[in-house]
Amino acid sequence: MSSASMPEGSSSVAVQRVREHIVEFVCDSGEGAQTAGQLLGTVAAKSGHGVWTVEIIPAEIEPPVRSRAGASGNRVRMGRDAVTNMGDGADVVVAFNEQVLYSRIDVGAFKRGTVILLERKWAEDQSQVVRAAYADAIVEFGKVGYDVVEVPMEAECMRVVEDPRRGKNIWALGMVTWLYDLDVATVETELGKKLRSKGEDVVARSLELLSAGYSWAAGHLRFRYRVDCAPRDEARVVMNGNEALALGTMAAGIEVCSMYPITPATSVSHYLARSLKNVGGFVHQAEDEISAMGFAVGAAYAGKTPVTVTSGPGLALKSEFIGLAVMAELPLVIIDVQRGGPSTGLPTRVEQGDLLTALFGQPGDTPKIVIAPSTIEECFHDVVLARKLAETFRGPVILLSDANLATGQQPFRRPVPNEAWLSPPVDRCDWDPQVPPFAWDPETGLSSRPIPGQTGGAHVVTGLAHDERSRVAYESPVNQRAIAARSRKLATLFKSLRAPAIHGADHGELLVVGWGSTRGAIEEAVDRIRADGGAVSSVHLRFLSPLEPGLADIFRRFERVMTVEVNYSDDADDPTVPKEARRYAQLAWLLRARTLCDVECWSRVPGMPLPPGTIETELRARLDAVGVSSARSEGPPQGRGASA
Amino acid sequence: MTKLPKAWYMDGRLRHLALADYEGTTPRWCPGCGDHAALATVQRLLRDEQIPPDQAVVVSGIGCSSRFPHYIHTYGFHGLHGRPLPIAEGVRARRPDLHLFVVTGDGDCCAIGTAHWIHSIRYNMKMTVMLFDNNIYGLTKMQTSPTTPKGGRSNTHPEGAPLSPLNPLSITLSIANVSFVAQTADWVPAHFASIVKRAHAHPGLAFIRVLQRCPHYMDHHWEPIQSDPRRQLLLFHPEGVPAQANDQRAFPERLEHDPSDLARAREVASRTDVWPLGVLYRNPCAERYDLDTAVGLGMSGADKLAALERELTQFEV
Repeated sequence: MSSASMPEGSSSVAVQRVREHIVEFVCDSGEGAQTAGQLLGTVAAKSGHGVWTVEIIPAEIEPPVRSRAGASGNRVRMGRDAVTNMGDGADVVVAFNEQVLYSRIDVGAFKRGTVILLERKWAEDQSQVVRAAYADAIVEFGKVGYDVVEVPMEAECMRVVEDPRRGKNIWALGMVTWLYDLDVATVETELGKKLRSKGEDVVARSLELLSAGYSWAAGHLRFRYRVDCAPRDEARVVMNGNEALALGTMAAGIEVCSMYPITPATSVSHYLARSLKNVGGFVHQAEDEISAMGFAVGAAYAGKTPVTVTSGPGLALKSEFIGLAVMAELPLVIIDVQRGGPSTGLPTRVEQGDLLTALFGQPGDTPKIVIAPSTIEECFHDVVLARKLAETFRGPVILLSDANLATGQQPFRRPVPNEAWLSPPVDRCDWDPQVPPFAWDPETGLSSRPIPGQTGGAHVVTGLAHDERSRVAYESPVNQRAIAARSRKLATLFKSLRAPAIHGADHGELLVVGWGSTRGAIEEAVDRIRADGGAVSSVHLRFLSPLEPGLADIFRRFERVMTVEVNYSDDADDPTVPKEARRYAQLAWLLRARTLCDVECWSRVPGMPLPPGTIETELRARLDAVGVSSARSEGPPQGRGASA
Repeated sequence: MTKLPKAWYMDGRLRHLALADYEGTTPRWCPGCGDHAALATVQRLLRDEQIPPDQAVVVSGIGCSSRFPHYIHTYGFHGLHGRPLPIAEGVRARRPDLHLFVVTGDGDCCAIGTAHWIHSIRYNMKMTVMLFDNNIYGLTKMQTSPTTPKGGRSNTHPEGAPLSPLNPLSITLSIANVSFVAQTADWVPAHFASIVKRAHAHPGLAFIRVLQRCPHYMDHHWEPIQSDPRRQLLLFHPEGVPAQANDQRAFPERLEHDPSDLARAREVASRTDVWPLGVLYRNPCAERYDLDTAVGLGMSGADKLAALERELTQFEV
């Protein structure tokens, strides 16, 4: 099949131009909606759009079919400008059954006017129960204001293939390709790349299905969209956060990744398992999280800056070795792709619950650097940064990503790798035996170290309290001096940091402070309120330990300061919680301690990213409560009647 | 100008290394503790092999014996309780050049570090692992260890240990890809030295269990074993520790044991009437994980950048 065989779209359908749209594919697990969504995301990025994709992940590997809990798929938000988060209600949803839609409705994924392209085969199912459920859903969805379009997906697929369960996703992608007037040749190229490993037959059949879906849409759909496109002349790449962390690891010249499988971090190692050897490194899958960390500690001691990749439960297990890495001042990078906690928690879901653990998770005083990327692009660059910080400040650096960044795809400027990022960590010349292995500079706490094999440098690294020569020392003044030296390194880094940039005006009614993956949603909410004249700004922190300087000065320029976070806090007005017993969100806790400002917080643990609309509503309520107008302007009309 | 033959040049830093070159701080183990003998044995090995102190690394856990690195002058890493093996694996992974020794104890290896022990045997990365087994926790003052004999009194079992001990030799010999298992004792220094020498030369992970007196807490246990040669079974073989002229006097109980015979090794290891001393098992052809982990060492920066650009191109839109 060639793209020339694609029929021209029915000329009687007017194409509506939109500034941005959100499309979801949802189905039972294993029906390929994630593949379709990822392909749409890639094609949209290739077409020059800003894109953000979010995976819709069921909790189980094979949940029962047609179940609310089984929803699997992908959300693609594509726009003219850069897209920084998953957005609010979807514009178009492709669903392979009606049951999976309920779980999406429960989390507020749709809005009035959402177009649902729904597989209609259930209307003629053998089971009366299924037929009734389908009919009920159609009525119910109509009442809520969704615009349901029944599509005979499986029947149409069967014109091309015998088993429609294999390939229905590609047929649906063909339908969406027509619906958004996407370049067919680009879709075909990406489809070919994606399925290449499955053989020529599969690729050929998929191209047929794509074409069939496209033709059906052209012949039957009475609406069509085109998302505006801004011209771009820079080379861009599109990937998810875990892929960006993996590529960042390679670009940082890290040769050793030691890990133990844990959701949602494992895909970083999956990528590295295939590719780290291409840059001369290797991935060690250890027998447990503790050993993965110990292996990294050993590699760091031997002169290689390693990375270990984990999530909350793994971070807990690594704690003892993290303490040792601080004590022995060994440079290594710990990537924590956070998930819902505590304990096993919500393995596939989003939370920012490990901040305080990262900072304070070890017994004793364990100062260490903690940074958090807030975009996919930062996931890449922050590994390079983390490695440099680990070596310069001679200790572990924790990088806090989360499940939102892990699976979200976003295009960004293609990085230009630099040989300086790869340079070996230490000089291997002879060591002057007069220089102790911990020659702590009294002002900075910094020192350099001899590594095994370096002539003249033999010494014993120990987790016991030790002096400059690394000799076990129980004397009080030595212990005070050594702990102060390790702490001083954070003050030294702090002095080199700049105050964070303020998004919006540098003074006003309300300042929102965030960290990590919430950046895009917070800034979009702030922009919407500012567009209506609300005096809201935001600040997003990349350095959590040490915190960025100048925060108290910035906070004083606003009437109110609050954090927005995806971790637990008691609501201020909760009647069951006495004011003095109120537990704050984690960053708020930290900021209150560090700035002595009355930093408020609003946080939720929905297991998913906070949509900008939800944040917007909360911020407007805060402004309204103190009598400051944040009048919501009339939003653009929604649904398929909308035009930009 | 005439040129001197290359072999006549001498690196000014090279000289004969003496035992004093391997002395660390003064050992603070109890008088009569088997750790002293172990320290001297390793120092002699390094001297005999003329290994520069800066080319050797000793990694240890926590416990009496794990103080070892402080008392020997090499690079040393006195790490965490039970976890010297993961650290040593991380060292070995990208440093095939170093001489690597691991010092661990019966609490360290056979209790808190058991998972690492099992898997390190399977990884079979080149290193000499010495389990100093005195059948008791010494540093924390006399608690039951996994090798404490049944009925042995301790501060955690004042009525006597309720369970039979585990057998570190049998366990190690049952792990997939095991490549070298030996047993010696601190009171037979010549035997100890020949075992350590074989272990150090072994291409893989050499596991040595060293039976070790604890005069402070376990003298009543070890003294009868040490003083009764009939309770020790000398294993000899050209492929293990070869028979010596004076063996007969010191070891009335002897057994010719071929260390390539795994089934016999397991039989010997499980004997409860005698303590076998010698190389129980040796397979120089076992798979070595450290050969995999070292792949790619020395790749040039230019090659890495080129590979990275190829990776990025896959994501280009």
